[in-house]
Amino acid sequence: MPADTRLLDEDQRALVGLVREFGSNELAPAVEGYESRGEDPRVLYAQLAELGLAGLPFPEDHGGGGQPYSNYLLLIEELAYHYLSFAIGVSVHTLCTFAVNEYGTEQQKKDVLTKLASGEWFGAYSLSESDSGSDAAALATKAERTEGAYILSGGKVFCTRGEEADVVLVMARTGGEGPKGISAFLVEKKTDGFSGLKKEEKMGWRSSPTWQLSLDEAQIRVDRRLGDEGQGFKIALASLDSGRLGIAACGTGLAQAALDATLEFTTEREQFGVPVAHNEGVQFMLADMSTQIEAGRRLYRHAAALRDAGEDYSLQAAQAKLFCTDAAMKVTTDAVQLHGGYGYITEYPAERFMRDAKGLQIVEGTNQIQRYVIGRRLTS
Amino acid sequence: MNIAVCVKHIPDPNLPGELDGQRLKREGVQGTLDPGDEFGVETALQLKQAHEGEVTLVSMGPPQALEGIRRGLSMGADKGVLVSDDSLQGADALITARVLAAAIKRTDFDLVIAGVESTDGYTGTMPSTLAELLGVPQLTFTNAIEATGDALKVHRQTVDGYQVVECSLPALITVTAGVNEPRYASFKGIMAAKKKPVEELSVADLGLSADDVKVAQNIVDISQAEERKAGEVIEDDGSGAAKIADYLKEAKVI
Ligand SMILES: Cc1cc2nc3c(=O)[nH]c(=O)nc-3n(C[C@H](O)[C@H](O)[C@H](O)COP(=O)(O)OP(=O)(O)OC[C@H]3O[C@@H](n4cnc5c(N)ncnc54)[C@H](O)[C@@H]3O)c2cc1C
Repeated sequence: MPADTRLLDEDQRALVGLVREFGSNELAPAVEGYESRGEDPRVLYAQLAELGLAGLPFPEDHGGGGQPYSNYLLLIEELAYHYLSFAIGVSVHTLCTFAVNEYGTEQQKKDVLTKLASGEWFGAYSLSESDSGSDAAALATKAERTEGAYILSGGKVFCTRGEEADVVLVMARTGGEGPKGISAFLVEKKTDGFSGLKKEEKMGWRSSPTWQLSLDEAQIRVDRRLGDEGQGFKIALASLDSGRLGIAACGTGLAQAALDATLEFTTEREQFGVPVAHNEGVQFMLADMSTQIEAGRRLYRHAAALRDAGEDYSLQAAQAKLFCTDAAMKVTTDAVQLHGGYGYITEYPAERFMRDAKGLQIVEGTNQIQRYVIGRRLTS
Repeated sequence: MNIAVCVKHIPDPNLPGELDGQRLKREGVQGTLDPGDEFGVETALQLKQAHEGEVTLVSMGPPQALEGIRRGLSMGADKGVLVSDDSLQGADALITARVLAAAIKRTDFDLVIAGVESTDGYTGTMPSTLAELLGVPQLTFTNAIEATGDALKVHRQTVDGYQVVECSLPALITVTAGVNEPRYASFKGIMAAKKKPVEELSVADLGLSADDVKVAQNIVDISQAEERKAGEVIEDDGSGAAKIADYLKEAKVI
């Protein structure tokens, strides 16, 4: 039973209809192949761009779809329903595109935003380093200013798409310690001195490439610095506020897929002469699963509505990311449980859903960090 | 090249169909653009790309048939004509052809495209009747278009291959599901479709009389199609490939 569309407006219904069609015709049949091969689904990204869905929340005069963020999240939820790694890829791409749209100069928008928003390019976002994850402001990658350029040196980890992206938003240190010493740079693919060191093997999200990156005296033109010197950390966090809603929507879509698969399985599978779904003990679990999903959906859509109304939404974004991804973990774990032994073998998607859910609790601020953000907002 | 494409809004063929007396139930059921017509729309859009001109979608149906036209418009067609009239309820293939002919004659067309048959009624007689009423040649079962210009040259699918057939324009063709791969409507296309013009016409607007749309066909009986038997399952004990080859030989496929 996919997400209720009754209260959506006409544009939103058309969008959801289109994504569902694309999802069931193109994503659903492809997901297992790409996941088992650990292969980035380039063809699907290109198709997404053709459908005009690669830059939905960005201005039309820069190649985007000119849609509210709420509508973009409908897209993400529906993509995640069919293929989580793909939805993650789109969400991370949006993280990068958001920053260029929000902080780019007119020239940068012309050169980079139009390519990202139209899906001609796919972008990445690189904040994390081996010694600075949750404490991202402690990052060590250096950017030294010379005549006309910055020289970037250091290493980045856990970069989704990484060297395979057309452009990576890289946060590096131009000044002293702490958040104020950080600046943001647009580093294009194949820049001299910039390369992928290693593609990680992962528990889930296997067709969403995760890279260790090396910056070895990579020269970045001054006009490829995004925002002012020292503004990089602010840009990084603003992107994350937005991005968290994407991860929340991913959690909801994934959990919905797990619930639907479980409903199908438990109504077909018979034990003791009746479908296992006829047991009250099973129904109570299904009831909790669906309630968690629906509550999460309301939470992220509320945060998105605040964002679209121009209100402060970072508290609600953290709450939505926390709740929707914890719900996804719980729901997918119960999905495996209710599939019995079939939940544990790879022939059924339940185990993949559970592996995929785990990553959502970790990225774009672990769920401990979300609680930290929420707690600080409540008490300061 | 100006092209008119016949499009039909039908009950979603992926849902189990219901009967309303002797006819398929249409009211209150989820409708969709006939998937067969998407091939016609795609053919028209490709021809437009090559030769310019305008693509007009022509449909007869209840007001909700507008949704089917919108779907085609969001794929990229330029405008639509919907003939909707209470007196057309229960119209048969002959009346449909008469109405569509009258609507298409009002446009400046070089080519008319239709599906081979609709995915709900399956009579398959409408396009030929339409060509007769328009007084243009018809090339049916088109599965590839070889040349267009002053003349039209297409591949006409047959049981064991295809014929290459040619005619002058204006003409009518029917297209099979093999002719192309219909595009998705892009999101921008869907948004743009809302602003594209759709002319809504009544029977009187077309200059047709009540007699012209009086049903002459009488459905005597209908019955369920026989369910297909389940296929034969071959357990592969190492000889599976050979058994399949034998089966295909018997069927004279290889
Ligand atoms: C698949 C994948 C894709 C990723 N993609 C990207 C990407 O595209 N770009 C990017 O920049 N990063 C990316 N990341 C990195 C991700 O954002 C970090 O892994 C995450 O922020 C946590 O950092 P860490 O791994 O260093 O863990 P640490 O910060 O070392 O945390 C270890 C544990 O300590 C807890 N902890 C730390 N500090 C506190 C605290 N103050 N209070 C309570 N608990 C705390 C954490 O919650 C965690 O449980 C990705 C990670 C993964 C796994």
